Amino acid sequence: MLNAERAPVTGKRVQLMATCLCDAFYDDVAAATVEVLEHLGVEVVFPEGQTCCGQPAFNGGDWVASRKVVRHTVKTFAGDEPVVVPSGSCAAMMFHGAVLEFETEPDLAEVEALGRRTWELGDFLVNGLGVKTWPGKFPATIALHRACHTRGTNSIAAAVTLLKSIAGVNVVEFGEAEQCCGFGGTFSVSFPNISSAMGDLKLEHIRAVKPDILVSPDMSCMMHLTGLAAKEGQPIKAMHLAQVLRDALKAK
Amino acid sequence: MKFQQIDQFAAELKVDTRAAVYDGSKKGHEKRTKLLFDEFADPDALRRMAGDIKQHVIENLDTYLPAVEAKMKANGVQVHWAATAEAANEAVLKIMRARGATKMVKAKTMVSEETELAAFLEKHGIEALETDLGEFIVQIDGDHPSHIVKPIIHKNRREIARSFEREGLGDYNDDPQTITRRARNFLRHKYLAADVGLTGANFVSAESGRMVLVTNEGNSRFCLAATKCHIAMIGIEKIVPRDYDLALFLNLLARSGTAQEVTVYTEFISGPKSPAQPDGPEEMHVIFVDNGRTEVLASECRDILRCIRCGACLNVCPVYRQASGHAYRSVYPGPVGAVLSPLLMGDKFAQKADLPKASSLCGACNEVCPVNIPIPDLLLRLRNKAKEENVPSPGTPPMGAWALLASQPTVWRASLIGGKVMNYIPTKLIPVPALQAWANKRALPEWRGGEFRKWLKNRPKKTKP
Repeated sequence: MLNAERAPVTGKRVQLMATCLCDAFYDDVAAATVEVLEHLGVEVVFPEGQTCCGQPAFNGGDWVASRKVVRHTVKTFAGDEPVVVPSGSCAAMMFHGAVLEFETEPDLAEVEALGRRTWELGDFLVNGLGVKTWPGKFPATIALHRACHTRGTNSIAAAVTLLKSIAGVNVVEFGEAEQCCGFGGTFSVSFPNISSAMGDLKLEHIRAVKPDILVSPDMSCMMHLTGLAAKEGQPIKAMHLAQVLRDALKAK
Repeated sequence: MKFQQIDQFAAELKVDTRAAVYDGSKKGHEKRTKLLFDEFADPDALRRMAGDIKQHVIENLDTYLPAVEAKMKANGVQVHWAATAEAANEAVLKIMRARGATKMVKAKTMVSEETELAAFLEKHGIEALETDLGEFIVQIDGDHPSHIVKPIIHKNRREIARSFEREGLGDYNDDPQTITRRARNFLRHKYLAADVGLTGANFVSAESGRMVLVTNEGNSRFCLAATKCHIAMIGIEKIVPRDYDLALFLNLLARSGTAQEVTVYTEFISGPKSPAQPDGPEEMHVIFVDNGRTEVLASECRDILRCIRCGACLNVCPVYRQASGHAYRSVYPGPVGAVLSPLLMGDKFAQKADLPKASSLCGACNEVCPVNIPIPDLLLRLRNKAKEENVPSPGTPPMGAWALLASQPTVWRASLIGGKVMNYIPTKLIPVPALQAWANKRALPEWRGGEFRKWLKNRPKKTKP
């Protein structure tokens, strides 16, 4: 994967890829991402033309449609600053998925170049900026959902490093953490029975350890899990990693 | 509303069956992981190494296959080539007829499942008896295996006890030891009466022409103990370059497949019995089976030919655990099957083009694969192939209009604001199938389109650090 061969981060300016989910549903996650980065003295630029990373069509098998969106994204995020995204899934789309669907396209190099400078937020903080501890406090027992598209990346280790360094945070392990929550993009709507059965199992494991909050580096898993829990009349409290970091600062 | 076949199958699956499949695969996965990580400092390095070796083999089959043939011939083995399943079955029949043979005992081999050898031979008046306990049960039930390594993972012992009672193997008794003893008593006589023993091979060394067979029941050894003729049906991708490589592959296969350090029986077979040996098959045939593999090799999904049939990807797969192996309508179920089975269909790919959709693309299969096959990438390639060939895909939302929207920022921003009407219209009145499929099981979050952009614009300007 391209994220293994990234140049070290220089400068203090990043472009924010907010993700379509935050653009449509989870504005506070995007806002928290901005505040967390600014706390570290990083200037955050938000390219107004951004839409989506192209993953829905990529996963759905319509690579012609997906490449159209990826080309738009490449154009929108021109430049050489790191691109930071509060989603392991969208980040992986840029450094892995897009590269796969462009492998025989003439503009592969441009896609790869964007992939090389795209970072999931936690990975960027810990491995890009070298942040190892987080100030403030956040008194809560947290279950960390690993989010499948962070497999093979440094994101979960980074999230654990940050969370465990916050005063008051207690990270609890839960069963079968390697299992998927069942979201899977278009899978969630074309395989609703299997998808929700997978989600129910995940919820069962999470509830068994009684966390105060479920935390993830990805809102797509959270949309699925909180949606299932709410529909079943047993809502769970979920937050994005960025929100925990931001709230910890506020309590300083 | 129309959903995918595999999702329907999962929804209608018997509770008992789902529980059996779920528990069996979960336990298999957990034991495997513990064993690998307890014993090796870096099992992922081993997986990558094994993957590189098998990739090298499949990309150089044109040199390895003739080399293997020459070695085997020098070892006294008669080598046959079968381009199709039919040709492979015909080759077996011809060998049996030439010997006037009418009874075969079979060890477990996936490639003979592919060619439906047992049914073919029965049709030609030849008894072909499965001797692996799981396969034997599948055979007497007229069922199909639902797992590559554990063919009856979908059955519980009560069902098996009823089958044995029905087949006259004794009164109802669901004690596993009794079941095993009864099967053993029945099979012992069959081994002695058989003319031909048929096996597969887990690996073939190009260096020595030696084939390797692993089992836990010793049935493959029995198949070759009293018979005078050994036929091995082997997929052309089973080669490893050197005897030395077997150290790596046998370590990984046993741990990945059945969470064992080593399988109970590991046989190395070089050829028919030598004059110095008192018994064993005096005639040995190897049938190398293509059956669509060279087409897979020519495709961009060739990496799947690295597969050593361990079943680890089935065990870890959350979709397999919910749906069971039969949901995949194929000899090869689970993640590996979702790639391999449609590909082996050749020009009938469309009939199984739904299999690659049955995945949340979570990547767990790739993480456990002993030969590090990038299964999610291959699933994605096949989804794209299905789209390019216009295969209908129930429940998959159309993406053309979305792509248009997502490449025009002005329209995108307008839709973010406009989407807010979603908060005021009852979901069930919105005629979008994907939305209905979502909302049926999950609450929708509040639509807050454009709020982040508004916040960013209107917040008090900070002085730059």
